[in-house]
Amino acid sequence: MTGRVISDSSEWSFPLLERFDREIGRIAHEVYGLDTYANQIEVISSEQMIDAYSSVGLPISYHHWSFGKQFVATEQTYRRGQMGLAYEIVINSDPCIAYLMEENTLPMQALVIAHASYGHNSFFKGNYLFRTWTSADAIIDYLVFARKYIAQCEERYGQDEVELLLDSCHALMNHGVDRYKRPSPLSMAEEQKRQEEREAYLQSQVNDLWRTLPLSGASAGPRAEERWPPEPQENILYFIEKNAPLLEPWQREVVRIVRKIGQYFYPQRQTQVMNEGWATFWHYTLMNHLYDEGFVTDGFMMEFLQSHTNVVMQPPFDAPWYSGINPYALGFAMMRDLRRICEAPTDEDRYWFPDIAGGDWLKVLDFAMRNFKDESFIAQYLSPRLIRDFRFFAIRDDDREETLEVSAIHEEQGYRALRQTLADQYNLGNREPNIQVFNVDRRGDRSLTLRHFRHNRRPLGDSTDEMLRHIRRLWGFDVRIEAVDEQGRVQLLAEA
Amino acid sequence: MSHLIDRRLNGKNKSTVNRARFIRRYKTQLKRAVSDAVNRRSITDIESGEKVGIPSRDISEPVFHHGPGGTRDMIHPGNKDFLPGDRIERPEGGAGSGSGKGKAGNSGQGEDDFVFELSREEFMDLLFEDLELPRLVRNQLVGTTEFKSVRAGYATDGSPSNIDVVRSLKGGIARRTALGGPHRARIRELEEELAALLASGVEETDPRVIEIREEVDRLKTRIAALPFIDTFDLRYQSFVKQPEPTSKAVMLCIMDVSGSMDQMRKNLAKRFFILLYLFLQRNYDRIDLVFVRHHTIAQEVNEQEFFYSRETGGTVVSSALHLAYDILRERYDPSVWNIYAAQASDGDNWDSDSVLCRDLLINRLMPLMRYYAYVEITPRQHQSLWYAYQEVKAAHPHFAMEEIAGASEIYPVFRELFRRQEA
Repeated sequence: MTGRVISDSSEWSFPLLERFDREIGRIAHEVYGLDTYANQIEVISSEQMIDAYSSVGLPISYHHWSFGKQFVATEQTYRRGQMGLAYEIVINSDPCIAYLMEENTLPMQALVIAHASYGHNSFFKGNYLFRTWTSADAIIDYLVFARKYIAQCEERYGQDEVELLLDSCHALMNHGVDRYKRPSPLSMAEEQKRQEEREAYLQSQVNDLWRTLPLSGASAGPRAEERWPPEPQENILYFIEKNAPLLEPWQREVVRIVRKIGQYFYPQRQTQVMNEGWATFWHYTLMNHLYDEGFVTDGFMMEFLQSHTNVVMQPPFDAPWYSGINPYALGFAMMRDLRRICEAPTDEDRYWFPDIAGGDWLKVLDFAMRNFKDESFIAQYLSPRLIRDFRFFAIRDDDREETLEVSAIHEEQGYRALRQTLADQYNLGNREPNIQVFNVDRRGDRSLTLRHFRHNRRPLGDSTDEMLRHIRRLWGFDVRIEAVDEQGRVQLLAEA
Repeated sequence: MSHLIDRRLNGKNKSTVNRARFIRRYKTQLKRAVSDAVNRRSITDIESGEKVGIPSRDISEPVFHHGPGGTRDMIHPGNKDFLPGDRIERPEGGAGSGSGKGKAGNSGQGEDDFVFELSREEFMDLLFEDLELPRLVRNQLVGTTEFKSVRAGYATDGSPSNIDVVRSLKGGIARRTALGGPHRARIRELEEELAALLASGVEETDPRVIEIREEVDRLKTRIAALPFIDTFDLRYQSFVKQPEPTSKAVMLCIMDVSGSMDQMRKNLAKRFFILLYLFLQRNYDRIDLVFVRHHTIAQEVNEQEFFYSRETGGTVVSSALHLAYDILRERYDPSVWNIYAAQASDGDNWDSDSVLCRDLLINRLMPLMRYYAYVEITPRQHQSLWYAYQEVKAAHPHFAMEEIAGASEIYPVFRELFRRQEA
């Protein structure tokens, strides 16, 4: 067996990385049947890693001060040694690009290859959210297009003008997704071809919307009461792109670019636990398989296990370094638990998960990976055993009460409540305020009214005024926001 | 199917543009931080970069988010002794702010400043923005471009006088090694075969042995026939013409070191000189520094002595001006050099000498000068020198004088002296 050991040194080299990649790939594809995009593994230095950080992990991006701020902040904390850099960054593209840092040791590089190039990669390719919302083969092209287009706009209309517009768009980036419609795929060639047509066409559409000549004298009066848009719109950026009266065509295009990029990140925001859990589960499984086949030494495994353990550490709530639930820890534990339920189910598991207990774990995991997001994944698969392992408890914070209440703990009566609450905690709809375009006063002052539908009486934060100014900049006329509480009472919050 | 790519050699400064934009956007805040920093700094590190802070509030990027209030349910791990229905005190600051327990302590940033480091260049740019050197224009018009040859590596052609022998011979060796390599490898093979044959008892006259020997000889001749040096090997030293700096400046530092100037005042003066020097550096390719110190007699000294040696005695300012004038006349032709002078003094002077200084400046020195800045470091009443210099100022607009009482005033005074003049 010892003849198969790839290397017992901790120094990596390109030939060694290639061998590791070949073996890991073989195991991933042939033994466990992972379906991945082709891999592109790039070795970069730590400075380049900081660069990659600051453009939110995108390999190419347009220029904007906020990326500079991010860069400065990252560089600063890194230099002071307050923070290590991530070992890898992986990009949801086809081929799937993974960055390895040159400082990593050989076991780390192997871990990262297994984690990113096979774990994340197969998740990107398989998960329904990524399949629906992103087009891995087109994203790089689209980013190239976006960068060029925005640079052109800066040349033509001035850097300040474009910067202000981008600021406002970035503020609304999380409100640029139609949750219930599948977006059209992105492609650079099409995008460029269509973009010019769109400019001309859009402008004419917009003007049409504001044509205030009454169709006939009789119908003009009573119809003024009618609300427009007829249905509330949750995709604020899209609404602005299509309907803001005063935007120039190029400005609409910039709004569209930010919206599209926001959409690209939409699945990632909803699958953090699953995505990281999946990738961590696979690097763990693949590395152990490598070890079982005799490709790596004990020392190698010790180093691997040490990094792995650091990653999946979950400090308890009262630890000084506690900062919420570690998605790696939760995700990894859930994936492992699924495998356990299949392979060695207990009576409890048979009662809670009759469908999968004792099933084929590869199929069960694959199904889970493809068809869920964090919220539904937890609601479906968080087992009582894990709740006990993590010793989860729920806290209810009601501002009408003096104290916090412990509403459930890890016991028979608490499992369902805990599971539901934890799932809700990952529900994007609960985490982010529900704000919708409610009405436009088409015949009066053209003002735009947004409505915040309150959930659990939670109000908006202190950034609301500033946000309204951003929306006003895009809309061009007065903007106001109203809050609707759970009883349906409406209250004006702010105006700009 | 994986591709491994080494990207380490790609540019690493992908974020430079974004960083520059960030700085541009927050220029006003940064400028304030920079000028504060100058006043705080010690003299020796004025050239390094600087840590500056901007209030985080100013640079936040807003999004719609939930504020405190309402009902929130949170899940935490690591329960030890809580039971359902237990009531817990609200942790400080965590009252529904969205951070939950412990997070506030962990992120710990809150309303702190966003602190980061400016590079030296960025620092200087912000520091000296809006400042300009008085009367810089005239010199640039006068300046003629001169070139000088500088070494620029090696080239494959050039004039025979520039042949670099060592490089050329190295090239020759490399070429002969490369071309002879296959032959030598073949010779080695043949010789091994020969040795094996002979060892196994084959006669010298065996046809194979003879054949091998002939082949080896032929290959050796071929190796020997490789030219020792070829035109291909030749390397020439390459020279390129570089424009000679046309704007040269000389900065005259004149300081009173008489007994009344104590170390504190000298430090103040030094800071002023350093600022001036840094500022000139941004405008001129080459700057000469001339240090003249004086008490009753003046001396030209090096920087170390200028700032740190101790002298005592009375004060005769005109001695320094005389010496300065001599130095300029000997070494710095005003048609080629931009001459700047900065004088620091506590204002003490022999009464009768002040008039002399005035005349010297008005008639001799000022016509040579681009700019003459006089700073008086004194918390006291002005003395005769100040009033004499006021007359100089009236006669020559490019004479400037200001008064400094403490370290915090240096930079404002400096700005005042070098403020961008209205066209």
